[in-house]
Amino acid sequence: MIRQPASVFIIVFTAINIVACLWLMWWTARTRVPVADTSDQKSAEGSGATGHVWDGDLEELNNPLPRWWLGLFIVTILFGAAYLTFYPGMGNFAGTSKWSSVGQYEEQVARQRANFEERLASLQDRSLTELANNGNAMATAKNLYSANCAGCHGSDARGAKGFPNLTDQDWLWGGDEQRLLESIAQGRHGMMPALGGALGEQGVNEVASYVVSLSGGKAPADWVAAGQQRFATLCVGCHGVDAKGNAMLGAPNLTDNIWLHGGDFDTVRATITNGRDNQMPAHRDLLGDTKVKLLAAYVLSLNEAQMHAAN
Amino acid sequence: MSANVLPASAALPYAGTEARATYNDKVVRQFAIMTVVWGIVGMAVGAFIAAQLLWPALNFDIPWLTYSRLRPLHTNAVIFAFAGCALFATSYYVVQRTCHARLFSDRLAAFTFWGWQVVIVAAAITLPLGMTQSKEYAELEWPIDLLIAAVWIAYGVVFFGTIVKRTVKHIYVANWFFASYIITIAVLHIVNNLAIPVSPTKSYVIYSGVVDAMVQWWYGHNAVGFFLTAGFLGMMYYVVPKQAGKPIYSYRLSIVHFWALISIYMWAGPHHLHYTSLPDWAQSLGMVFSLILLAPSWGGMINGLMTMSGVWHRLRTDPILKFLVVSLSFYGMATFEGPLMSIKTVNALSHYTDWTIGHVHAGALGWVAFITIAAMYQMIPRLFGKQQMWSVKLMDAHFWVATIGIVLYVTSMWIAGVMQGLMWRAVNSDGTLTYTFVESLKATYPYYGIRLLGGLMFLSGMVIMAYNVWRTVRDTQPVDVPVLAPATSH
Repeated sequence: MIRQPASVFIIVFTAINIVACLWLMWWTARTRVPVADTSDQKSAEGSGATGHVWDGDLEELNNPLPRWWLGLFIVTILFGAAYLTFYPGMGNFAGTSKWSSVGQYEEQVARQRANFEERLASLQDRSLTELANNGNAMATAKNLYSANCAGCHGSDARGAKGFPNLTDQDWLWGGDEQRLLESIAQGRHGMMPALGGALGEQGVNEVASYVVSLSGGKAPADWVAAGQQRFATLCVGCHGVDAKGNAMLGAPNLTDNIWLHGGDFDTVRATITNGRDNQMPAHRDLLGDTKVKLLAAYVLSLNEAQMHAAN
Repeated sequence: MSANVLPASAALPYAGTEARATYNDKVVRQFAIMTVVWGIVGMAVGAFIAAQLLWPALNFDIPWLTYSRLRPLHTNAVIFAFAGCALFATSYYVVQRTCHARLFSDRLAAFTFWGWQVVIVAAAITLPLGMTQSKEYAELEWPIDLLIAAVWIAYGVVFFGTIVKRTVKHIYVANWFFASYIITIAVLHIVNNLAIPVSPTKSYVIYSGVVDAMVQWWYGHNAVGFFLTAGFLGMMYYVVPKQAGKPIYSYRLSIVHFWALISIYMWAGPHHLHYTSLPDWAQSLGMVFSLILLAPSWGGMINGLMTMSGVWHRLRTDPILKFLVVSLSFYGMATFEGPLMSIKTVNALSHYTDWTIGHVHAGALGWVAFITIAAMYQMIPRLFGKQQMWSVKLMDAHFWVATIGIVLYVTSMWIAGVMQGLMWRAVNSDGTLTYTFVESLKATYPYYGIRLLGGLMFLSGMVIMAYNVWRTVRDTQPVDVPVLAPATSH
């Protein structure tokens, strides 16, 4: 709602502009613009020139307004008047239809939600594994995935730099049903602290050499050895003594040659020096529990070997 | 009644005396030539970013060449450099000849030319550098905005000063349109760009949230309405009757559609903000006034086309008339399409799709560029003491390559836009979306190719024009045309 004077202002000026247009049509249709003596005007064509001349040969006739054009003008004005009667427009007057864009939105969303929940009601009590093997459920889940997840994880779910591959059974935060549901519903925030300051340039080189060597990469032997020492004090807290990571913290396994940000020496150095800050947004409020569950089942279905193991 | 017309060569004996003033055509020549130059620059940038949509690697990983920075450069270059120079050139040309008086001030006129060129060059430097207010068509930062305001006020002084010193009683209809465009653009520019500077290259606009959006689109839509519509109607009202050699069809139609157009346009901005947090009443008024705008817009088309009735046979031989007919046709089409797209139900489909891009280019290429090209082909020979352009055949070639280019451009964007709108809203029976965004992008890809082809054709037409203009003017000396005495028989 807007304040009353503003509302009155809007109504008055809207009405004035429209009435002024109507008056203009009426006035020009009836007013005789003085017509000059046209006896010497070969261009008059019976409709009468105004007699004004500019730049040697610019003249004006004064033909009547085309009927069809006047009709069009009046029809649009009548339509406008009707529209402003039915719909909000004249200041605070809500219109006789009581329509509002927020109302229309809420009504459509509620209808869509109800429809969706009803269709999936029978699936609600199923386990994720059961859902993952249900063709209908997965058809819907694939559409949900495409609309909500593919933007980051890719339409084939193989991820991209900084966005995990969901098909390789390598899990940052754990791949069991409960952990998957949590990741989607609540989101995840993975943070690798910046260690450049603590380690110094040479220290970073050494730790990076060790990390690269863990998955078979080549690095200078003395740096690897020195790096292992530093790793034991600084890194094991999260990545573990065996460097296999910790799913409770989202700390990645450093030995499997699967890399979120890249596993070459320079990228690992950059990761250690500057840290990483990665976020998976929470989806429960956006999608609701049923859709989250379907998506978790869909991710599960992408890892077929794992499903067979579960069966 | 035209007994006082002197041949151009007769101006010389009077030189240095007050007996016979001349028109200030120097500034018109300058703006006219730069119209062609900036047209090529602005459209070349447009073709380049159209190619980037097909081959994203064309930004070469250089920030200054990214789509996000070159797109505002394209829009600013074609609207304010190309169309702007065309409006300056034609308004100065027309106001002198229809007021039968020399421009009010040669110095101020020269300032508007050089000032405007500085604005354009500054835009071409700062936009690729990423300096922007992030307001569409008002991206330029505050120091440039101040210069624009200074140039525009000088422009107003020159224009209205010339109106005041006119030696005929009646003000010609073209000048009503030019006058309304100059006043309104000043108001729009100043109000929309009110900002608090924090450094020479950064400022923050004083509005926030939905008020900012509403001010922006009040500006944005009226920039279309007054810069690209009213200003060019002023151009039309001179070029069409001159080229046809016929009187304006209806004086009273010009009165009705002028006042209706300029008053109703002011309300139409909110149709850019349908289904947003803008209050419903404002959205409704924006839609209703956009619909009522249809007839006033068409008034200009009727007056132009009916003025040409009786000379249709000359379409075979006069490329300028061809440009004018197609220009007015696209004007009629775009001003029908605009109200259509402002209807909420239609807008729900068309908004954020390439249909909007197609609509804009039907107006910008079909109407604005075509009427400009016609005006330049009519004026430039006269400004340089020639009867007509160097090559009529090249004008004809320009017409065909440009016309086919527009048709390819506009139809491909229509199809792409409607397709995108339908794909985005398609819903499966289970309530999920049928298509991902990237699928709609993939489906659009071939149409981007057709669009690029159309754009390149239009651009090559401009290159043909530049060559023709160069051959027309290269051996000429500027001529001073004496001010024509007003007709005395009335």
